[in-house]
Amino acid sequence: MLRSVLQTSAILSSSRNPAFRRWLSQEARGKIQAAVEASPVVLFMKGNPQMPQCGFSRAAVQVLEMQGVPQEKLKTYDILEDPELRSGIKEFSEWPTIPQIYINGEFVGGCDILLGMHQSGELQSLLEQNSIIPKISGESSP
Amino acid sequence: MPIQIAELEQAVRDAFPVEHLQIEDQSSGCGENYFILLVSQAFEGKTTLARHRLINETLKAQITQMHAFSQKTFTPKQYQAYLAKGN
Repeated sequence: MLRSVLQTSAILSSSRNPAFRRWLSQEARGKIQAAVEASPVVLFMKGNPQMPQCGFSRAAVQVLEMQGVPQEKLKTYDILEDPELRSGIKEFSEWPTIPQIYINGEFVGGCDILLGMHQSGELQSLLEQNSIIPKISGESSP
Repeated sequence: MPIQIAELEQAVRDAFPVEHLQIEDQSSGCGENYFILLVSQAFEGKTTLARHRLINETLKAQITQMHAFSQKTFTPKQYQAYLAKGN
């Protein structure tokens, strides 16, 4: 597959050129893959939901709260506690910043995208489609 | 070395047809926290994620040196609608 081809060639070139971007080992990639699939909603952030260590991470937590994502369906990883995860997740997602949100193993985006989707209503639909929050029908319930 | 607005602007202009570009240093001068608003035809038919990836790729070298980076991306049509809403 493309990914393994890329990886093989990258390992070769990285050994020649130490400045070359470090590529994830198969093992590290597997660990992160398991992490993004650990829960229906996965948030990689700085700090934890009780004590976010960055305004962008705080905003992401607040958006998920406002959407009513139940705690048992949300898993957060504090990348400040794990330097390997911190650099690994950026490479894995090919995304340069934290926070990062995954829904059912699929990369959604960072803080800007999450906020934008929250405001436009896209996030609610996405969460509903993935059965993370209940669908609220247009009609009023009794 | 702090990143300069001019450097970011040049990189964006080299990579995209620019309808409107706004770059703000939100770090109160240390050059490590930037916001970019880009309106470009290049975004037509692309998801927000794909658009942000394009910018991330264009500014890869600079973003890794920053503490924080945020962005907004619009097609010209979307930007008109955005302005009309009083933004």
